Amino acid sequence: MADTQLTKKYFASPAEVKWCPGCGDFAIMNAVRGGMVAAGKPRDEVAIVSGIGCSSRFPYYMETYGFHTIHGRAAAIASGVKVANPKLDVWVISGDGDSTAIGGNHFIHVIRRNINLNYVLINNKIYGLTKGQYSPCSEMGQISKTSPYGVIDYPMAPLKTAISMGATFVARSIDAKMKLSEEICVRGGQHKGLSMMEIYANCVIYNDGAHKQLVDKETGANFNIILRDGEKMIFGTDNQLCLVQEGFGIKAAKVADVAEADILVHDEKNAEMASVLAGMRPDNGLPVAFGVLFADDSKKTYDDMVYEQLDAVKAKRGRSVDDIMQEGHTWTV
Amino acid sequence: MAENAKLTSAEQIVVKFTGDSGDGMQLIGNQLTALAALDGNDVNSLPDYPSEIRAPTGTIAGVSGFQMCLGDHKIYTAGDAPDVLVSFNPAALKHSSKFVKAGGIIITNSDSFTEKAMTKVGYESNPLEDGSLAGYDVKAIPMFTLVRAALADMDMPNAAKDRCKNFFVMGILCWLFSKEKQLVLDFIQEKFGPNAKKPKAQVAEANTLAFKAGLNYGETTVMFQERYSMGAAQIEKGLYRNITGNDAAALACMAAGAKSGLQPFIGSYPITPATDLLHLASEFKDAGLVTMQMEDEIAGICCAIGASCAGNLAFTTTSGPGLALKTEAAGMALILEVPLVIVNVQRGGPCTGLPTKTEQSDLLQSMFGRNGDSYLPIIAANSPADCFDATFQAAKIALQYRTPVIVLTDGYIGQGSCPWKVPTLDELEDLTPYVNFWKPEDHPGEEYVSYKRNSETLARDWAIPGTKGCQHRIGTLEKDETGAVSHDPMNHQNMTEIRKAKVDNLAQVLPELEVNGADSGKILVISWGGTYGAVKGAVDRLIADGKSVSGINLRWVWPFPPNLGEIISSFDKVLVPELNMGQLSLMLRAKFLVDVQSLSKVQGDPFREYEVIDKVNEMLGE
Repeated sequence: MADTQLTKKYFASPAEVKWCPGCGDFAIMNAVRGGMVAAGKPRDEVAIVSGIGCSSRFPYYMETYGFHTIHGRAAAIASGVKVANPKLDVWVISGDGDSTAIGGNHFIHVIRRNINLNYVLINNKIYGLTKGQYSPCSEMGQISKTSPYGVIDYPMAPLKTAISMGATFVARSIDAKMKLSEEICVRGGQHKGLSMMEIYANCVIYNDGAHKQLVDKETGANFNIILRDGEKMIFGTDNQLCLVQEGFGIKAAKVADVAEADILVHDEKNAEMASVLAGMRPDNGLPVAFGVLFADDSKKTYDDMVYEQLDAVKAKRGRSVDDIMQEGHTWTV
Repeated sequence: MAENAKLTSAEQIVVKFTGDSGDGMQLIGNQLTALAALDGNDVNSLPDYPSEIRAPTGTIAGVSGFQMCLGDHKIYTAGDAPDVLVSFNPAALKHSSKFVKAGGIIITNSDSFTEKAMTKVGYESNPLEDGSLAGYDVKAIPMFTLVRAALADMDMPNAAKDRCKNFFVMGILCWLFSKEKQLVLDFIQEKFGPNAKKPKAQVAEANTLAFKAGLNYGETTVMFQERYSMGAAQIEKGLYRNITGNDAAALACMAAGAKSGLQPFIGSYPITPATDLLHLASEFKDAGLVTMQMEDEIAGICCAIGASCAGNLAFTTTSGPGLALKTEAAGMALILEVPLVIVNVQRGGPCTGLPTKTEQSDLLQSMFGRNGDSYLPIIAANSPADCFDATFQAAKIALQYRTPVIVLTDGYIGQGSCPWKVPTLDELEDLTPYVNFWKPEDHPGEEYVSYKRNSETLARDWAIPGTKGCQHRIGTLEKDETGAVSHDPMNHQNMTEIRKAKVDNLAQVLPELEVNGADSGKILVISWGGTYGAVKGAVDRLIADGKSVSGINLRWVWPFPPNLGEIISSFDKVLVPELNMGQLSLMLRAKFLVDVQSLSKVQGDPFREYEVIDKVNEMLGE
């Protein structure tokens, strides 16, 4: 199939989309479709695996092979799909509850194995489908149905976890930044290895305005930074703010107050720096990092190694099924 | 030289080894099993070890055992009471002497009967001297002394020399049972000789010397008045090897892959006593078997389901608590209607229970351990060798019916071993007709519909990712024939009925049960899975004694075979011996409204034939 036929529309299924009006998932789906176009596989060679949650209805809306599975397990199921048939372009679509609570174990291990999957973690910091309970990504003090007096769990930073598990591609965007979201889906879709893409979403019903501070038209730019490889880390409504090193960490400063050479330059290959960037939060006086935090194509993928090992053992031992069945002490009656 | 011991011909001999765990009991047991099998006997064996890897030495809790039965006829179990017990220390003797047949032989290492070792296990006086074992033929042999003397010229520490006592004992047994010594010498070379995986020249030499010393000891001392000879068993012609149930199941995963033309895939997580299956299967990379050891049981079954969705022949392997964890995902395979084989090596439960001990603990879990009406076929292997066929059959049915299938084995048959007639790949059934992926070129002018079904099997049409133009969505929500999510009440009624009917229909193609004995009579004894051997042996003996008793074995435990009800109704009473509190009994009572009697045993140990015989006699009023 010629690439020219790969359009976002080509990846859209005729099913009626049943997300709430105004849900951030619409914009994210558009970005993912863009990522698939860039990945370049025809739709019958694309598989989408999702867990359970609002965002996990995603596969029904895509004209690809789709598997809407069980809560928290999409990463493990997708691992099997990819290893069984590495030719497929496999996407995991999951939410913060699905990935970081019930599926936390699979989340860390799928990253550790570096299976060549595209993992979109849609983070609205709430359980939407079950009608509004707090998730591991909810903020301290957040009011929800199960935290009427405020959340007292410390929130998880999924991308920091991803980097600590050896992730080879880590990026973040937000539903409101549609172009950026598509950009990271394009990069992630093309990355060889596990691509972890966290996209903040607004739940209009149960957690409306959760990311308001980041997208405020007037002041939002003071609370987030869009990272570009090789570029200075400068942000703010008037590009008046920047990031500089402080000890082993980072602090925000006014551009006017620091020497230009002291302003940090983003390096996508610096995992230590990425870990710090992934943990930045406005309540620590730092902007939320958007864009590609980390990318490294040099690490082998698990799915490649599976087949390399099969070939190596074939070459070395080369037993047939009959050979193996007849091994050990045999005797003839 | 002593007078030659009298040569007695034996039909079957039961041997038990006990010693410290880590003392090589499983190894010596397996060696004697292989030796007997190579010599033409039929054999059945049962390992029995504690869950601690190195339990405190010299304690009863740390005793590891291995029982086996060798015979000149078909052997169905590892035997009842041992004719010969080899116990390597006071703890082992204290643990097992009570099991020995009256007048049976007890071989023990008298050098290990130190004051300290005896006190540790509560012997107030030396049982080898105080007459407490008067009912047995005790051979107290100073094994360390004799082995060290035999290895006097070897430059190795005494502790290493002492470890050669196992081959010394093999020498004695080889002589006692009139076995071919060259076979043992070959083992030693294979294990330690220059061509071994890890050659150890000195160990090879020391064990060879110890083995020969044992042989000579049997021959030259007057300790044994009798030695035994045993004819070869009448078994079907062919190539044989000795095999454990777990190994047989691993081979079946590989073979079913080859016969289906699909890449075989095992997604799993280590758990006792199923782990050996994964160990062996992990070596079959050259035969194209993919194994993924995942982060937990759930991920194990989930990646297998993913692999199945992508067109591999997928298996997951586990034991009781692991099956509990896989519950929801098993339901996913069921509602997605994709093939999957779940091999469950049952162990004592509930929860962690008795990890290393056998129990038929999970029949009801396999039947009902999922939410919703979620029937799936269950096949139970009845011997170590049968684990191959049961797993292979499960793969066939999984493919043919697009359903998960549970294979129930247990600790006894999973770790026990018996001779297996090795099939060639050519002899095995071709599974490619059951794969039957939906491809547009086979259906010109037709649209793919994901839950359209074969009218006979009710298996759904199945197109795997990568099939041109067949992209579609499936999920765990209830759906209609097109795969679209449906909350329509009548659709759910219909789909639930179809999923049940699919499994019920399988009964129509299952082979009819064959009755061992008369077609009607006073008592029918029903076995399933691991109880097959003890029930078969018991029923054979009862029939030989002229009792009105017959037996049947359920291989497919669900659905029930079509003629089961008719057979049951032909007997006055029905007995179901089970290593649980009556799980199959419950199912039979519910299905056939019959007053099934349950013989229940949950002691981590398989049935002995006499236990079944005693119960039948009690029911007969005799």
